[in-house]
Amino acid sequence: MADVNRGNRPLSPHITIYKPQFTSMTSIFTRITGNALLVASILIVWWFLAASTGAESFALADGIITSWFGDLVMFGSLWAVWYHFCAGLRHLWWDTTLKGLDIPTAQKIAYAVIGGSLVLTVFTVIVI
Amino acid sequence: MSYLTDRKRATGRGSAKTGTEHHWHMMVSSVALAILVPLFIFTFGPMLGAPHAEVVEYFARPFPAIVAALTIVVSMVHFKGGASIMLEDYVYGTNLKIALISVTLLSYAIAATGVFAIARIAL
Repeated sequence: MADVNRGNRPLSPHITIYKPQFTSMTSIFTRITGNALLVASILIVWWFLAASTGAESFALADGIITSWFGDLVMFGSLWAVWYHFCAGLRHLWWDTTLKGLDIPTAQKIAYAVIGGSLVLTVFTVIVI
Repeated sequence: MSYLTDRKRATGRGSAKTGTEHHWHMMVSSVALAILVPLFIFTFGPMLGAPHAEVVEYFARPFPAIVAALTIVVSMVHFKGGASIMLEDYVYGTNLKIALISVTLLSYAIAATGVFAIARIAL
């Protein structure tokens, strides 16, 4: 058999050997924020279920979500959802136009994603 | 020693061929969420911390109820797709199968619970 080295072949280069870059960090944060939003999703659905059940259940769920720790989670999730939103729009733009994939432009959009998510978070906190 | 030829061993071991379809589903749900998420944030947000009676009355109205139900369902479908891809990148073998099944069950359970709760409030 030509292929004698089975099971011990090198893997393709993975994240562990690359130096972290601005563009790669903004990319991995899309995944981190997206998956972390599961926590807020469970809390919000629990809040809705409690509201539909009655005043007593609602008091418990609402009390936990609006406690200082709940506020921290919800505030973090608010930023996470806006970040994921901006990064998602970036992906839609990349995937539909195939533009902006060169390094200078990609770096500019990375700044825009971070800036946009912060501005939208502050805006939401002020409005709500 | 295997009697299979190299060619025979390689055949059928390529990609799963579902990547394009998966990508397309993520794009469709992301466009839906790009509209729904801002609507949800600015309808759900002011209600967070409001008294129970006000919350129930607010989500009995068609627009906030429909936005909330759609956001929960579409975001869980989108989550199922995104989390599955993440697991496929980092988890292997039987653990991957268990993780994929868990994510799928969890996503649908959250979506069903959300729709049930909003329906009970709204109706």
